[in-house]
Amino acid sequence: MSRFGRVCVVGAGAIGSLCAGHLGQVAEVSVLTRRPAHAEALLRDGLRVSGKSDLHTRVHASVDPATMPEPDLVIVATKATQISEAGAALSGRFPEAVVMTIQNGVGAEEIIHRLGPWEVVSSVTFMSGTRESDTHVHYELDTATWIGPYPPSGADHDTALAVGHLFADAGLAVEVLADLRPAQWSKLIFNASVNSVAALTDLPHVALYARRDRPTDLGHLMFALIEEGKLVAREAGIELFEDPWEMNVEAVSRGATHHEEYAHVPSMLADVRAGQKTEIDFILGAVVREADRVGADVPLSRALYQLVKGRDRSHDDEVVL
Amino acid sequence: MRIGVIGCGAIGSLFAAHLATLDDVEVWAYDVSKAHVDAINQAGLRLTGVGEVHSRPRAIADPAELPPLDFGIVATKGMFTGSAVQATVTALANAAVCSVQNGVGNEEIIAEHVAKVIRGTTFPAGHMLEPGVVQWDTGGKTWIGPFEPSPASMDEVTALADTLTRSGMETVALPDARGAQWTKLIFNAASNALCSLTLLPHGRACVHEDVRWVMDRVIEEGKLVAEALGVEMEMDPADLLESSIEVAFEHKPSMLQDVLARRATEIDMLNGGIVRFGEETGIPTPFNRTAWALVRGLEASWKL
Repeated sequence: MSRFGRVCVVGAGAIGSLCAGHLGQVAEVSVLTRRPAHAEALLRDGLRVSGKSDLHTRVHASVDPATMPEPDLVIVATKATQISEAGAALSGRFPEAVVMTIQNGVGAEEIIHRLGPWEVVSSVTFMSGTRESDTHVHYELDTATWIGPYPPSGADHDTALAVGHLFADAGLAVEVLADLRPAQWSKLIFNASVNSVAALTDLPHVALYARRDRPTDLGHLMFALIEEGKLVAREAGIELFEDPWEMNVEAVSRGATHHEEYAHVPSMLADVRAGQKTEIDFILGAVVREADRVGADVPLSRALYQLVKGRDRSHDDEVVL
Repeated sequence: MRIGVIGCGAIGSLFAAHLATLDDVEVWAYDVSKAHVDAINQAGLRLTGVGEVHSRPRAIADPAELPPLDFGIVATKGMFTGSAVQATVTALANAAVCSVQNGVGNEEIIAEHVAKVIRGTTFPAGHMLEPGVVQWDTGGKTWIGPFEPSPASMDEVTALADTLTRSGMETVALPDARGAQWTKLIFNAASNALCSLTLLPHGRACVHEDVRWVMDRVIEEGKLVAEALGVEMEMDPADLLESSIEVAFEHKPSMLQDVLARRATEIDMLNGGIVRFGEETGIPTPFNRTAWALVRGLEASWKL
């Protein structure tokens, strides 16, 4: 038996549901939801995973953390924009638990760490799925989740390894890293540039993002943003795992995205289209904050970060176009 | 005096409607919108808002119907300047032709087709309500002056300014009208582009500190380019922006209107124009270049 016999998943969007559905095979899983109807449906019907896995799991579910069985591991799987709210719900509870963050970008682990005494493990996930209903998630990409300790919390490589074993036992692809930052920052810089440009242009991640022929081709801007991100990483002493510009070039020339009509819609563009605030504070915002900390000059990243903040404001009720 | 308004959208209609109130001026309004042309010919052209104007210019959708003109006022969107002037070049052959369009670069295009060109910048703004009816949103002056590489005479510039002023469109004739043009160019580059990218109305974008910081960078770069060109600014665009917040708090700049309607924008003439003149003068313009690329990216998204 793993040291994590009881797992609590906070937030049952696509990623949270995939975690709960799989981990329920090897642990006792409870799910903390925002909507009472969601918790009731999970209690009644359990959680179904289709696609890359075919599973059905019974789970405990509630909107009230006080009714949760004391977990050994908490996986906070809300959107990054809800991380403070999720952390507040956990604050003062489960002091012995390990808490894992699985949000886009960088910054969730720090917020959670500030809210409680837990050992914190952070992660970057490349798996994806679509929530078909409150009780059914379709598992699309079964690519790995990278897990590493968040050292300021006292978590170490062994803590991360234990979480990694649990994921592997549950059938999820996982890679445990002693230092997550090289991988995390490679993905962060790539995501920060792609997502911000997409949120402002309404343009999915198509070939124009890597083209640098005409003066207005977006490849120039992408390249400049990525150079700023690499400067920040360098100044912060982070050796990148992959070159984010190469990730950009490869992503637009690969598979489905080769055909522009099937181009990937980055998550922040999906948020903008849904009229929701983006996770910009955890994505490009994380790059700008780190730049300020290490004293790196990132004028274009700052400009795009601030423009997306403005774009987020346009969803407010009093803005009528 | 016979004046043709080439492109009778919101701005062209402000000019055509005012000029047609004068007894001694024959006004022809050319526009590609058959509905607008028919409405003007049936019920006249009506402005409402800042002032109420109702007059009867002759409207045509077929440029072949234009008689020879003394003056042309080009008021199309920037991307249609070349085709509109080309279509009306016979009527404009001996005319002094004045651009009242946004941005920079229109006079250069007009000068490829006609000999006597007037540089113009207009501050009044409006939007189409329905065919034949235009909402006049803001008042203000118009500045005109000879376009030096291919100029109309100062007498012609003054005659046009006097006529416009008499019609109710206050117009200033200047030997060098670049100061007004660059003031408005830089103001527009900040407001239009960033309102379009954030989907915020003008004043709301200006009071959003994060967006305002980017606007200020766009303005700084524009002023450096203008300075390198030897342009003496009519006003500081930063002051103009500040003073516009309250009066235009919910105003949707024309480019934002274009974006909402998924119409091609004038970004090439605004931030793109600042970038081009920046290259000529060796002034780096990374923020304007970024705004230019992003709005072009936005336009590309409509074609997917």
